[in-house]
Amino acid sequence: MGWALIRGWAILVYIFMFLPVAVVVLLSFNASQFGSFPMTGFSFRWFVELANNDAILRAFRTSLILGLLTALISTTLGVLASLALVRYTVPGTNAISTLLIAPILVPEVVLAVALLLFLNFLGINKSFTLLLFGHVIFTLPFVILVVQARLVSIRRDVEEAAMSLGASPMETFFQITLPLMLPAVLAGGLFAFTISFDDITGTLFWKPGGVETVPTQIFAMLRNSISPEINALGTVMIVMTVGLPLLGAAIARRISTTSGT
Amino acid sequence: MSVEAREARQPWILLSPALTAILLLLVVPLIFILVYSFWLRTATGADIAGFHLDNWQEALTDRFYRDILLNTLKISAITTIVCALMGYPAAYFIARARGNKAILLLLLMLPFWISYIIRTMSWINILGVSGALNTFLLWTGVIGEPVQMLYNQTTVILGLVHFLLPFMVLNVFVSLDGIDTNLEDAANSLGATRWESFLQVTLPLSLPGLAAGGLLCFVLAAGTYITPLVLGGPTDAMFANLVFEAIITQLNWPLGSALSLMLLAVLGVLVMIYNRYLGMAQLMKGLG
Repeated sequence: MGWALIRGWAILVYIFMFLPVAVVVLLSFNASQFGSFPMTGFSFRWFVELANNDAILRAFRTSLILGLLTALISTTLGVLASLALVRYTVPGTNAISTLLIAPILVPEVVLAVALLLFLNFLGINKSFTLLLFGHVIFTLPFVILVVQARLVSIRRDVEEAAMSLGASPMETFFQITLPLMLPAVLAGGLFAFTISFDDITGTLFWKPGGVETVPTQIFAMLRNSISPEINALGTVMIVMTVGLPLLGAAIARRISTTSGT
Repeated sequence: MSVEAREARQPWILLSPALTAILLLLVVPLIFILVYSFWLRTATGADIAGFHLDNWQEALTDRFYRDILLNTLKISAITTIVCALMGYPAAYFIARARGNKAILLLLLMLPFWISYIIRTMSWINILGVSGALNTFLLWTGVIGEPVQMLYNQTTVILGLVHFLLPFMVLNVFVSLDGIDTNLEDAANSLGATRWESFLQVTLPLSLPGLAAGGLLCFVLAAGTYITPLVLGGPTDAMFANLVFEAIITQLNWPLGSALSLMLLAVLGVLVMIYNRYLGMAQLMKGLG
């Protein structure tokens, strides 16, 4: 009896989480001129319009470049820091860990204001550089958390075996450690990319006028009314943000099975 | 250099890029806006450096700011409580389900990966004048005219709950999943009813997860300005909206600095209380 109640409640929670998303996907195929009910027929026309909308394509390109660069820098910094924390006993580990995850603990609005004002003071105005710095700093803690959690499970003795067989530390890193770490690195990078691609809170503070990322473009379009194009764009974003991590997880599993860990 | 000395230096070489980034892009900027908050913005747009308490006086004594701060804390508290009430049973269901827990958890985490702005705006499709609910109610004849259900405090909370619920579920799940189920069985065999063993064994053991989820929900809710802009009405501004207004619209950066730091201080106190009693480790478990 109690369990049935819990299960029923859980199902309602699942519906609550998925219903709005399902409605976005459903409406994006609506043939009607307005981005709303009733459904008047099935159509791909909004996706076609999307593909012909220059502003949206530009926003997509900006988001993509920003996300990739963020992932690259954030993952590099994050992997190095995680290695230090997992592999070495550093004095003051607790303080360092807290400092490394500090960007999560500070509300993003505050981080956005501080970074904007400080870099402006240094002569760096609202620009792509500012956006990149901002995205790196708030994705970094997530990368470190994800990578660290996975690094712990890599056994040290494999590296020691390589070294004892005459490999130099460099060779050991590139031929043993890095391949073993690859799933962790990919997971970290993917996480950074997704968070960057999705960000709007900081981005609205940092972006120069005229430059839009996909979320800020959607936000700007919302000011008018909800057009079917937004729903189509939403569907594309849903496919990307859900599909990419799943694909990444599959690749990571593939790599880890072939490398035998 | 000796081998030991080199060995001792290595972790610092690995840590230095990340630590430098955080110092230069977070710590120093925060100190900078602390200094900046004592400057003055003149009507001409120039800043006067110095030690002026005007911004702080305005931020701390103006009724307008105080009311919005209190309102923000209220909205965040309600959001957190609703997330706990919805999320705890769902997390319990996942943790104790006989089926594939990983799939069940992944399924609930999926919306977490879906764009925040898309999830927020999706409620317009449901509650808007020509949204799903109005269409359905018109069709069934319950209402004769479409009803505007959007753009009020309730829809802001709704949007926030939808955004933050996965954080709560994940944290509670991590906590529940780590509890040895033998403990419950032991309580039951000693004569406790299932409800009693839940209240006296499972619930207390899962409180750290609930607290971690609660803290995340509260802090993230209190820092939002997008949800009130998309789903709220003109009077539903939250504190972060004031910050955005001051910085982006009015370009009063010294005042914006003071307001930002006020928000940071209020939420920082919460984080510190949490850290004092539960420590950061629990929070990291749920995030990692």
